[in-house]
Amino acid sequence: MLHRALMLVAVMVCAAPVLAAETASEQVTTFTLDNGMEAVVIEDHRAPAVVHMVWYRAGSADEPAGVSGIAHFLEHLMFKGTDTIAPGEFSQIVAANGGTDNAFTSFDYTGYFQRVAADRLELMMQMEADRMVNLTLTQDEVRTEREVILEERNQRVENDPGALFNEQRRAALYMNHRYGVPIIGWRHEIESLDLQDALDFYADNYAPNNAILVVAGDVDPADVKRLAQTYYGPIPADPTIVPRQRPQEPPQLSERRMVMNDPRVAQPYIIRTYLAPERDPGAQEKAAALVMLAEVLGGGQTSVLNRKLQFETQTVVYTSAFYSGTSLDDTGFGLVAVPADGVSLQEAEEALDKAVAEFITEGVDAAQLDRIKFQMRAQQIYARDNVDRLARRYGGALASGLTVADVQAWPDILQAVTEADIIAAAKEIFDRKKSVTGWLMGAEQEGTL
Amino acid sequence: MKLIWGTLIAAVMAVPAWAEIKIQQVQSPGGISAWLVQEPSIPFVSIEIMFEGGASLDLPGKRGATYLMTGLLEEGAADLDARGFAREVEALAAQFSYDVSDDYVSVSAKFLTENRDQAVDLLRKSLIEPAFDEASIARVRAQVISGLRSDLTDPDEIVARRFKEIALAGHPYGTAYEGTQDSVSSLTRDDLVTAHSNALVRDRVYVGAAGDISAEDLSDLMDELLGDLPLATTPLPDRIDPVFDGGVTVVPFDTPQSVAQFGHIGIARDDPDFFPAYVLNVILGGGGFEARLMTEVREKRGLTYGVYSYLVPKNSTALYLGRVASANDRIAEAIEVIRTEWERAATEGVTADELARAKTYLTGAYPLRFDGNGPIANILVGMQTQDLSPEYIVTRNDSVNAVTLDDIKRVAARLLQPENLSFVVVGQPVGLDSEDQPQDG
Repeated sequence: MLHRALMLVAVMVCAAPVLAAETASEQVTTFTLDNGMEAVVIEDHRAPAVVHMVWYRAGSADEPAGVSGIAHFLEHLMFKGTDTIAPGEFSQIVAANGGTDNAFTSFDYTGYFQRVAADRLELMMQMEADRMVNLTLTQDEVRTEREVILEERNQRVENDPGALFNEQRRAALYMNHRYGVPIIGWRHEIESLDLQDALDFYADNYAPNNAILVVAGDVDPADVKRLAQTYYGPIPADPTIVPRQRPQEPPQLSERRMVMNDPRVAQPYIIRTYLAPERDPGAQEKAAALVMLAEVLGGGQTSVLNRKLQFETQTVVYTSAFYSGTSLDDTGFGLVAVPADGVSLQEAEEALDKAVAEFITEGVDAAQLDRIKFQMRAQQIYARDNVDRLARRYGGALASGLTVADVQAWPDILQAVTEADIIAAAKEIFDRKKSVTGWLMGAEQEGTL
Repeated sequence: MKLIWGTLIAAVMAVPAWAEIKIQQVQSPGGISAWLVQEPSIPFVSIEIMFEGGASLDLPGKRGATYLMTGLLEEGAADLDARGFAREVEALAAQFSYDVSDDYVSVSAKFLTENRDQAVDLLRKSLIEPAFDEASIARVRAQVISGLRSDLTDPDEIVARRFKEIALAGHPYGTAYEGTQDSVSSLTRDDLVTAHSNALVRDRVYVGAAGDISAEDLSDLMDELLGDLPLATTPLPDRIDPVFDGGVTVVPFDTPQSVAQFGHIGIARDDPDFFPAYVLNVILGGGGFEARLMTEVREKRGLTYGVYSYLVPKNSTALYLGRVASANDRIAEAIEVIRTEWERAATEGVTADELARAKTYLTGAYPLRFDGNGPIANILVGMQTQDLSPEYIVTRNDSVNAVTLDDIKRVAARLLQPENLSFVVVGQPVGLDSEDQPQDG
């Protein structure tokens, strides 16, 4: 069930399936409408299907204080109706045309998409352009949908101690930035979100000059441009939209540590997250080194942490490193260890620290780095098989402050990362003063920090 | 050497109007058959392999053996230890994954054209010559047990297990195929070797392939990959008629949102009424926002984030299941609404408008499934396990369009059994009687 879903921790916690954009640039066309709406067209003519997406540069980190969850709540409400589309009718029309539709909210963006036969693209554009500015909502709809969102929070967070723990750790990692507030919102703030909150966020953020159109599939870029001009073109730009400037982190001077106990936890584990730089336009090298560091340290069976903690010693049953560089502001670099039976969290943490320290001394195994780079090159071939994923890659990057040129340069930047770059990145990133270490365990028992 | 033994290519089907899905049926000299869609524009191939039997072939007292065995296939084979095998896979940028369900062990592979032979050789080692060395067994066993321990306090897992125990007792389907901490702890290397030779057999295998490979090359590949597997010696499990009494079973668990699984008996995939049943489910609970359950439970009342139902035609039985999750003080109302909708559909069927919309959705969405080598290979292998012919992709939408209101009404009366619709609820539901003891693990 992905319906109107959040992109929650899954994005952050999977050890980045890193890779690589489509570099065959002849398949990617871009244009910008007069009202400032950017567009990316990705051609794939193997099947007569298309995915149509609109991404707004407005995510949970762009919410005003006190109304956490409003970006996501609005995403749900966008399916209610407009002057010309009745409540619920949007999805009905998509379905009646054999398509599927959905939406997602993240820290940096909110996105809406439909997957349909290529000859239905025009209808999708017409409807998506309509709800960019013509949303109508009633108090009843807002009340009922707020109940749905509270149940969504129950399902995703309250019922899952790992998700609650994730919220607590993020809140500690970010001392000033809105990334410390959950995408779905804090429960007590969701409970008081109202119609006006939703309309305010809509008015402040939903405009063509704050949106990115991505169309991928069996289409001709010239046709897409003509349709976009017809449907999105007439919507006036909102002159109050300015580049996002969010509150940034102050110097982080003190390591943070936390223990969370929950009787529903049967398998304890430790996660440490370090504040980390993200991909910046024209300057992606440091992020590329961190991607490689995560791969080398924790990217699979032959990774350094696996070798040291699972094979050479039997300290853990699972370990990994994760980093997601596509982010507007500072992101995180994480290490995870799930201790083996009979190993305490303290022992697991010490072993993890020892393994990382040894790695920095020993350096990168050149053969391992070669394998990783070859896999990334291969990934560019495999990626061409999934045009939806390519569309998401472009949309996510553009909504996170990057450019099409950055997306297309990224594979080569990854290939250029050296062993020395990786070690330098490790020395810089592993600063405990900028980190949160969390132990998640069952009902109160052993263990002190 | 190619073609010397004669590769037989039978039907070539093209789907009209929307796609050039040409299915080639390939029969290898060694007697293994496969379906192929050749699509050379991207230089790699996806292959999906399914071995019928799956975890249901676990021997008595050895629950979890097939699951653990499958987890070990990529942990060392022939001359390679676990990390040596992983290094080789990485060096080729091949992607192999191994999975288990009640009815199948399945293998998904994709590899580049440029190093196909090496990739196939490596995949072959994992299927034919897995090492099952003691160090790997200990390591993967510990991972499985860690997962099983977590499952004991995961409401989604608890509800699925209790539901199976109640409905399917006495059959392999009635217990989790991952086994229990006790059963997995006691598995020996011999048990895994036995599970391997029982589950990975060349006379119960289905293969689908899509991408940059010719029928001749695929034929050679299959013999290389699978030709040295043994023949089946263990019988497939007996059919089971599940038992549903229409009651509510509460499994007390301290968590804010109750999770419920519901269901009763379903309909076989080869039943002549399967299509009407499938369309009926799309209208009743298929998960889209237009489905009645979603409309009534979520959109109108805000009682849940998601509610859906689904047909589960398994090889040895057929179930009709659903899921919903609501806060502890609202789950009783959600269940009430689901029961009402079940009853209403059973007695009244559906409207002409609902049927028309379901048809346009299903027929429009079907071609969109064929959107890449991986998905196509998956569809090809799935069709074979369901005993469909290649022509199915051409006739499938016609079969959907042929469903009438009368068909739906007939099937609804037979399939939907409100009096037998049974619920298992995990949580601290308010207003539901606890008819069950706490989970003992």
